[in-house]
Amino acid sequence: MAGEPLCAPTKLLAQESEGAATAAQEGDIDVPDIIFSHIMDSYEWHITDWGEHSIAIHLPVILISRNDGITVFSSRHLEGGEEYRGYHIAGTGQKHEGKVVDSEGNRPFDISITKNVLSLMMSSILLLVVILLTARWYKTHDALKEAPRGIAAYMEPIIMMVHNMARESIGEEDYRRFSPYLCMAFLFILLNNFLGIVPFFPGGANLTGNIAITMFLALCTFLTVNLFGTKHYYKDIFAPDVPVLLKPIMPIIEVFSAVMKPVSLTIRLFANMMAGHILILSMVCIIFIMAKYGGVIFGSMTVVSVFFGVFCDMLECLVAFIQAYVFTMLSSIYIGLARQKGEH
Amino acid sequence: MNLITPDSGLLFWMVIIFGIVFFILWKFGFPIITGMVDKRTEHIDQSLKLAQEAEDRIRNLGVEQQAILDKTKAEQARILKEASDAKKAIIESAKEEASAQAKKILDRAKTEIAAEKEAALMDIRKEVALLSINMAEKVTRRDLSTDEGQMHYIDVLLDELKKGGNPSAPKDN
Repeated sequence: MAGEPLCAPTKLLAQESEGAATAAQEGDIDVPDIIFSHIMDSYEWHITDWGEHSIAIHLPVILISRNDGITVFSSRHLEGGEEYRGYHIAGTGQKHEGKVVDSEGNRPFDISITKNVLSLMMSSILLLVVILLTARWYKTHDALKEAPRGIAAYMEPIIMMVHNMARESIGEEDYRRFSPYLCMAFLFILLNNFLGIVPFFPGGANLTGNIAITMFLALCTFLTVNLFGTKHYYKDIFAPDVPVLLKPIMPIIEVFSAVMKPVSLTIRLFANMMAGHILILSMVCIIFIMAKYGGVIFGSMTVVSVFFGVFCDMLECLVAFIQAYVFTMLSSIYIGLARQKGEH
Repeated sequence: MNLITPDSGLLFWMVIIFGIVFFILWKFGFPIITGMVDKRTEHIDQSLKLAQEAEDRIRNLGVEQQAILDKTKAEQARILKEASDAKKAIIESAKEEASAQAKKILDRAKTEIAAEKEAALMDIRKEVALLSINMAEKVTRRDLSTDEGQMHYIDVLLDELKKGGNPSAPKDN
């Protein structure tokens, strides 16, 4: 996380929160605001500040409401809390803070292309291109006579790792049905985790640290598990072989556990990625907090925080992989448990 | 706090984009890659198995070759032994035949020698008789060539014999 973007949200926030109770003084650092403005979604993609001028991509706002129908306009019109076509961004402390609301403070159905959505689109295109190119290599080359080269050589080990994981967890019989979903989930999470660590434009959006994304992924796993569950899986939930006294209790526990599995998947990925972002941003923020305590402390703390920043970035690279792996592995295990046949 | 509130707009886009990307990759992406790699893995496994089999066969071939070689060697030894036995037998029979032949020759020679000796003895005897007659003639100095003389001599001898004298001492005449 480079130093430049840090000043921008502060100023932006300072502008936004004019008249609000927590008016920040000029030059003061509001650390929670800096951090949250980075990890939260936004209607524009702030890249950097050039002197007084801020360079940002203004993304389209798309709103659907019962009264006005579909409304599309650039987020440039909403800058600084301005009202445009009856909509404005709710300020600090208000309901739906930071989101577009109408004049009465109600939220329309908001399908704006936000920072996260744009990041999602770009990473999806990247994923699509990479995988289709890999698939094309296998189509145009005889894999029985040639070793994979180029993009195929890079992607094959990753895909086969997930494929083999699916084979181990789900079983030889029908792992091929679920392997594409697991590959997709793994590569999607991995790619977006890494893009989130990249501090400048194409990356930097906290996509996998957003609960909507992780919830959707966990929901996909949940649906896959329960739609493809076998008779034995459902029997174990609703009529397990337990003593009579436990019979009425077991289904409650089992259903609760089945529901908690996707919840734990959601929160694990979301919390890990968000925490990583917060950690790195905090390390960088230390430098700016220390600026006003004089040269010696500033200098020494800069060295310390750069060191820890590098350490956290390394750690995040590791976590990015581990979280993608854990999510996929748990998904494949849950699917494998739901595909069980007969007594074990 | 909207940090843990899922945003419906983002969810909406996520459903659409993830759905589309997943559909495309499910149709044209992952199964092609994993299918080909699985096929290759199978191919490699099979090739390794075939190679193993070929290796085994080659090793067995060596054993077979060794067996044939051993058999040939045994055959060779047997033939050589037979040949040497035959040789010995031939030599033996030749020896026997030669000794029989030699004996035969020797026997014939012996009989011939005996016959010769007999003949020679006869000759010598005849010679001795003649010689003794001549000698006797000379000793008696008498002419026995005429019948009268012969008769006379015979009468003398007969007289001598009657007197019981020695016929070989007619020299007292």
